[in-house]
Amino acid sequence: MSSTLDALGVLDAAPEPGAPERAVRRRAGAGRTVRFFLRRPGLVLSVLVIAAVVLASFWPGLFTSRDPLTGVPAQAFRAPGAAHWFGTDELGRDVYARVVHGAALSLKATLIAVAVSFAAGGLLGLLAGFAGRWIDDVLMRFVDVLLSIPALFLSLALVTALGYGTVKVAVAVGVASVATFARVMRSEVLRVRQAVFVEAARSCGTRWYAVLGRHVLPNAIGPVLVLATLDFGTAVLAVSSLSFLGYGAAPPAPEWGTLISDGRNYLANAWWMTALPGLTIAATVLATNRIARALDGEWGRR
Amino acid sequence: MTDPQETPLLEVAGLSVSYLTRTERVRAVRGADLDVRPGEIVALVGESGSGKSTTAHAVLRLLAPNASLDAGTVRFAGRDLAALSERELRTVRGARIGLVPQDPGVALNPVKRIGEQVAEVLRLHGLATRRTAPAAAVEALERAGMPEPAVRARQYPHELSGGMRQRALIAVAIAAGPQLIVADEPTSALDVTVQRRILDHLQHLTEELGTAVLLVTHDLGVAADRAARIAVMSQGRVVESGPARRIIEDPQDAYTRRLLDSAPSLTAVRARPRPTAPPEPGEPDDVLVIAEHLVKDFPLPRGRTVRAVDDVGLTLHRGRTLALVGESGSGKSTTARMILRLVPPTSGRIVFDGEDVTAAGGAALRRLRRRAQLVYQNPYASLDPRFSIGEVITEPLRAFRVGDRASRAARARELLDRVALPAATLERRPAELSGGQRQRVAIARALALEPDLVVCDEPVSALDVSVQAQVLDLLAELQDGTGLAYLFISHDLAVVRQIAHRVAVMKAGRVVETGATGALFGDPAHEYTRELLAAIPGGDARNGAAGARLLEERT
Amino acid sequence: MRRYAALRLAQAAGVLWAAYTVSFLVLDLLPGDPVSAMAGAGADQAGVDPAQIARLRSEYGFDDPIPVQYVHYLGRALRGDFGDSVAGGRPVTSVIGDALPSTLQLVAAGMALAVLFGGGLALAATYTARRWLRQLLLSLPPLGVSVPTFWAGLMLVEIFSFRARLLPAFGNGGLRGLILPAVTLAIPTGAIVAQVLAKSLLTALDEPYIQTARAKGAGRPRIHLRHALRNASLPALTVVGVLVGQLMANSVVIETVFSRNGLGRVTAGAVAAQDIPLVQGVVVFGALVFVLVNLIVDLVYPLLDPRIAAAGGRRWRPA
Repeated sequence: MSSTLDALGVLDAAPEPGAPERAVRRRAGAGRTVRFFLRRPGLVLSVLVIAAVVLASFWPGLFTSRDPLTGVPAQAFRAPGAAHWFGTDELGRDVYARVVHGAALSLKATLIAVAVSFAAGGLLGLLAGFAGRWIDDVLMRFVDVLLSIPALFLSLALVTALGYGTVKVAVAVGVASVATFARVMRSEVLRVRQAVFVEAARSCGTRWYAVLGRHVLPNAIGPVLVLATLDFGTAVLAVSSLSFLGYGAAPPAPEWGTLISDGRNYLANAWWMTALPGLTIAATVLATNRIARALDGEWGRR
Repeated sequence: MTDPQETPLLEVAGLSVSYLTRTERVRAVRGADLDVRPGEIVALVGESGSGKSTTAHAVLRLLAPNASLDAGTVRFAGRDLAALSERELRTVRGARIGLVPQDPGVALNPVKRIGEQVAEVLRLHGLATRRTAPAAAVEALERAGMPEPAVRARQYPHELSGGMRQRALIAVAIAAGPQLIVADEPTSALDVTVQRRILDHLQHLTEELGTAVLLVTHDLGVAADRAARIAVMSQGRVVESGPARRIIEDPQDAYTRRLLDSAPSLTAVRARPRPTAPPEPGEPDDVLVIAEHLVKDFPLPRGRTVRAVDDVGLTLHRGRTLALVGESGSGKSTTARMILRLVPPTSGRIVFDGEDVTAAGGAALRRLRRRAQLVYQNPYASLDPRFSIGEVITEPLRAFRVGDRASRAARARELLDRVALPAATLERRPAELSGGQRQRVAIARALALEPDLVVCDEPVSALDVSVQAQVLDLLAELQDGTGLAYLFISHDLAVVRQIAHRVAVMKAGRVVETGATGALFGDPAHEYTRELLAAIPGGDARNGAAGARLLEERT
Repeated sequence: MRRYAALRLAQAAGVLWAAYTVSFLVLDLLPGDPVSAMAGAGADQAGVDPAQIARLRSEYGFDDPIPVQYVHYLGRALRGDFGDSVAGGRPVTSVIGDALPSTLQLVAAGMALAVLFGGGLALAATYTARRWLRQLLLSLPPLGVSVPTFWAGLMLVEIFSFRARLLPAFGNGGLRGLILPAVTLAIPTGAIVAQVLAKSLLTALDEPYIQTARAKGAGRPRIHLRHALRNASLPALTVVGVLVGQLMANSVVIETVFSRNGLGRVTAGAVAAQDIPLVQGVVVFGALVFVLVNLIVDLVYPLLDPRIAAAGGRRWRPA
């Protein structure tokens, strides 16, 4: 799209700015931001979903006053309704309350996973891309090996070694994505490093650390941040898969994957115990993917 | 040549095309009129963004998905193509009207053999059967001037040179024997000598077959050489059209006149006083850079090497411009980058202001970085998109810790003023500037440390001709009265003639001829230099009455 | 070509060796005491006898220095011996071999469905001129990758087994029993196939050679299938290795959901029992499949892309 415009020379016709014009432009910019969101109701909804998940994990009381751990046995297996939005489970616990309180554990695990892969992968990729030569070769061979082991298998091997628990599962999930981050970071660093403006900076005397900090990193980090947003969704899924398999949080704690795993035993007579926590996971992942897509392209092309 | 009363083969009337972007509707063509008679070459000339390519594509209705043909008629051999259905159009495309696209590098399907791609057009229009198509394709390639057509037909696009790919595309265009060929900047991605051969062949071929050509070009020189008639486009309108001779000699429209004035290939010698005599050899103070026996080998897979630069020697003088001329791959950029020590030479010696910098490192290299700067070809790539213009210009100052924040800002304003940009530009981003403005910023950056040498690597070849002239004027003006030396790299001899004091011609890694600009252009000694000079488009117009008139006007 | 194939084979062997090493490092060096876990699993009782632990330690060579252990194990692995499963006492290779056929069936069916529906969706979405239809079709893949696989499987069971009573919910029973697991497995993979292919199709359709083909008078179906798809399938082919690995790994979840026997169930059990030799065997096997699939892709690639054959067989990899 923008290349068409470039070819037409539309972008070339840049007007000379004055101070009043700049103010106009800023106001126009705000207007454009509003229009950007108005045209994308899906994106607005996605931002709201993620905001709700974050709020629920810090202040679950905002969404429900029920206790997620103690139930009323007389109210077991109630279908969703006005009293219990997501129904109740086999012990009469409110499933909605369990989902809301589960957000904290799930979000914590997801953030740890993303942080591990972002930090380790980003560093590996940066080092490989900027140092080049044999360091690059060695690091990338290592990354190739990590990529050759299917992510879930790698996580399972780590869980076998580390043991059960939310944090351990999170680390296992994070390590499985390190290779992807390293790949993207390296290719971005290489792309930017070969950019003409980087050589221009070098040829006018800028030292290597300034080139790295002022030119390479700021221009390379964008796609890695987009990947981190995407990986957030992937991590939610992977963490919940491992919890579903029974390697996550210990039983009474309400973690999203565990909730589905619990509901599975009552699938035939209480579908809501499985369906509604699953929908929550799907909605969260869908929302982060939508936001990642917006970050990736649409926002920049606005 | 053609009877003016003859009915046109192609008649475009009131054509309007617009592109729908995310935010607005951009009108690229606004009521363009154009006609092409049978067997005639008509050139459609304009700068980028003038709508000339869009007009040409609209003839075949080959527009981008977001483009719409809003109004106008495209009458071709009695039918209005603008009103035909897609199915009916398919019988016209390829069979009656052929297209020679812009960039031969990407216009062929990379996974299909050349012969197959030529044969496809014949098969589509029922002009060959599965059995006869291969031979017919080879024949079409041969007519397009492809060397060893039978061998090439079995090869893939990536195995051919740019010139050969363009011949393959010409073969596709002429294979079905169309009445009209639309050629969209068919040679602007090619080297000048190849460009000339391809255009010669196309012209010869169409004359022989009686095919009409609509030749889209940004180069008035090419248009003047090849076309019977010229139509000049600006901002989506045809501002002037008529016989080529009349347009060149007696342009009516102000825009055409401006285009003619700035076209380097049509301008004989600019009115800029450039002392062409070399400095006296007896003045060693004047010498800034001596490069001797420079060699650069690049490694290839499996331990082989390719020699990009082969025993090159150059001498640069203070306050003078040395132009390094050659076609792509001749080693001119590598030579310049070795002198700047951005690429380590394989062997040879570089002396900068009396100091041997061939193997300089650390403090000595930083001294060189401070005194020698580089201006790149593509001003869209050489500025960090995240920096403000102020940050771009002061980057060298910051790198060498010159002055404080306030004095650097003052210096940036002063530099902007010298390259004729308003001070308000400081806070803007590169994306908000036009190509010419960006190149001015790049020049300001290069001047920030008051260097002794600025290497200009094709500094105007990415710009429109009218902008080219402004930037060249600026470069000359900045040099006047200072000791600044330029090493000016260019493939365009017409540009070089305007700016250089001395010229070195490179071919295949070697300098084949060096001399003062006037002498070299007036009396080229080497065969290759003569070939390059002959390939400059617009030769006929220059040598004919038009050239004389232009010369008169200027002197 | 022979040189290229030899090079690829050597690289594949290198990756396998490295994968073995990584799994060794992860499983044998990280904290956690495998022996007491093994003793617990093997003895299958609450109290663990210290003498038994000592015996196990020396039996498995845990008393030796790490490099000695590594060389010892690697030598055995090279002969195809990954040790005995702690839980069952049978050789790891035969445990995996027994479980494999049913999983291969599942993975093959899942891959076929994924390519068929994912590829079909991408073609339809990029071919249609109707904006709403394109938008609708292109909105499906993001949905497919956002749904937890195990949950999708459970929902399909709920709908097709418990409500409609059309298909069996659990077990290995024949072709009918394969349908739901294969569909579940195909959802995320098919979504990725659709996304990758649609993106590269749109890129290919934007290339100048497509305009050349249009200028020849070629119609839309011809341009789509003969010109764009051929070029667009190349980047899509490079992700096949990743997808097969993903399908196999997902079988762990799917086989648990549908109570199918197979490699996935074996893996889940091995992780739960901290059966280190078996987990290591599965990890190396996963890498072997990935390497083999990529080897095939690499060898087929030059036949499809003449540019790669010329460049000595270097293809680009997906980021």
